[in-house]
Parts: sequence; C-alpha cells; structure tokens
Amino acid sequence: MAIVIVLLVAGIFTGYLLRDRKQLIRISSRLTDAAIFLLLFFLGVSVGMNEQVVSNFRYIGLQAFLLTVLATLGSVLMTGLFHRLFFRQK
Amino acid sequence: MKNTLIILLFFLAGLLAGIYSLLPDIFSGDRVTLYVLYLLLFLVGVGVGANKHTLKLLRSVNLRIFLIPLSVIAGTLLGTMVYAMFDDSLTLRQCWAVGSGFGYYSLSSVLIKEIAGESLGVIALLSNIIREILTLVLSPLLSRLFGPFAPISSGGATSMDTTLPIITRSVGTEYAAISVFSGLVLTLLVPFLVPLILQA
Repeated sequence: MAIVIVLLVAGIFTGYLLRDRKQLIRISSRLTDAAIFLLLFFLGVSVGMNEQVVSNFRYIGLQAFLLTVLATLGSVLMTGLFHRLFFRQK
Repeated sequence: MKNTLIILLFFLAGLLAGIYSLLPDIFSGDRVTLYVLYLLLFLVGVGVGANKHTLKLLRSVNLRIFLIPLSVIAGTLLGTMVYAMFDDSLTLRQCWAVGSGFGYYSLSSVLIKEIAGESLGVIALLSNIIREILTLVLSPLLSRLFGPFAPISSGGATSMDTTLPIITRSVGTEYAAISVFSGLVLTLLVPFLVPLILQA
C-alpha cells in the first residue's frame, strides 16, 4: 500500500517537473505501453500454467460478464440518482 | 480499441506459452512482474503529472463534480454486492476488488493477480475489458435512457481516454471535461482501492 502511494506521487511530481520535455514524456508513454504489454504477457503465462483456471475458463468468463453487467448497471443507476438529487436545477 | 486488441494478443501469447510450457522456469516472471508493476505505477503518475489538461481541469473544478466519480464507486460496489449474493464461489471482497478496476484492466488485473492469485486476476482482466466494451457499444443508448452522465459513469476509469470519443459523441463535447475528470479520479483510485479492499 505505502509503496503504491510513494510511486504514484513520485511519478506525478516527476511528470509535472518534466512536462515541457516532450521527448522524455513521449519515451515515458512508450515505456508505459511496454510495461503493460509485458505484464499482461506474464499474466497470461501464469494463468496458462494454472490448470485449474484453464479448465474453468468458460465459467470464469461467464462470471466476469455477469459481474460486470451488474457493476455497470449499478454505477449508471447510482449516477442517475446523484444527478437527480444534486444537479437538477430547481 | 487498438491498444485493447494488442494487449489481448500479449495476454493470449502468454497464455499459450504457459499452457504448453514454452518458457524456461526462470521466465515464469514472478519477480520480474513485481518490479515492472512498480515501474508502471510510477509511469502512470508521470503521465498524469505531465498532462497539461490535468492542472487546468483541477483549477476549474467545483466540488460538486466529485459526486460523479463518487457515485460510480458507490454504484459499482452496490452492483457487485448484488452479484456476490448469487455467486457462492466468490467472496464479497473479491467481487468488490474486481469491480474496483472501473475498466482499468491492465493495472487492476495485475494488482489483483499479485494479491489474490491467477483466477481472480483473469476475472478482473475479462471483467474490466468487458466494461470498456459495454461502454463503447452502449454509450448512445445509455445517454438516451439515463441522461448525459450515464456513459461517463459506465466508462469508469476509461472515460478519460479510451471511451472519451464515444462519450462526447453521445452526450456532447460540453461534457468532455467532466468525463476526463471522473476518469482521472477513478484511474488514480484504482491502485489504492484494490489492495485496500483485498487486504484490509
């Protein structure tokens, strides 16, 4: 937890200080993509080596879909409620 | 969307390499993953700090605008809680953690895998990609049914970048600033909320 805060805040400050160094910012954005690709590749590797996950992949997919539909629906309805309560001009 | 496809390809390549044991043991990647994850967190910060719109946006913000990402969090936790009641194989915490990716699949899935294992990591990856796809597909319908904030809400953390174009096309460019703001707040919260929910 603590290290997450430190890294994010350090990143924000670094980014702010270097915001006019276009070249560096572009490199950082490329590195971000590379880091994401690498992490997702390794996520795939560890998932692939886990036989329990591989053999249940369909069920896991269904779980993910239903959970997401409810998460998104809840979110949209709650935002609608907040909109009605706090943003409507009286 | 192009990035999502590339990411899926990397994931699939890894999946095949894992299933058929194509990599030597040293490359199973556990330690590498952790350090790359740290690097990614830092770089996410750099991206936010270097974005000139961020500061301008924060200066022009009135406090009420925080209610939008707040409602996204509350609604997501509520919706995933309903799901948890019907699925005995996942705990409430696990469902909340998956939902708390708010569509930010790359970071949330890796964080969740590190803390809670591959199975939940995959659910998080699929779930948060699905959230982005649902938003891309349903934005026009959502805005007609539930008003201009609905696609922003549905987009979650992605409303600041990947789903921003479709959102502004559905609800008008006057909502672009709110959309970016809500997505930014949620993006920054993902790396805090996910470990908090799973470990607290």
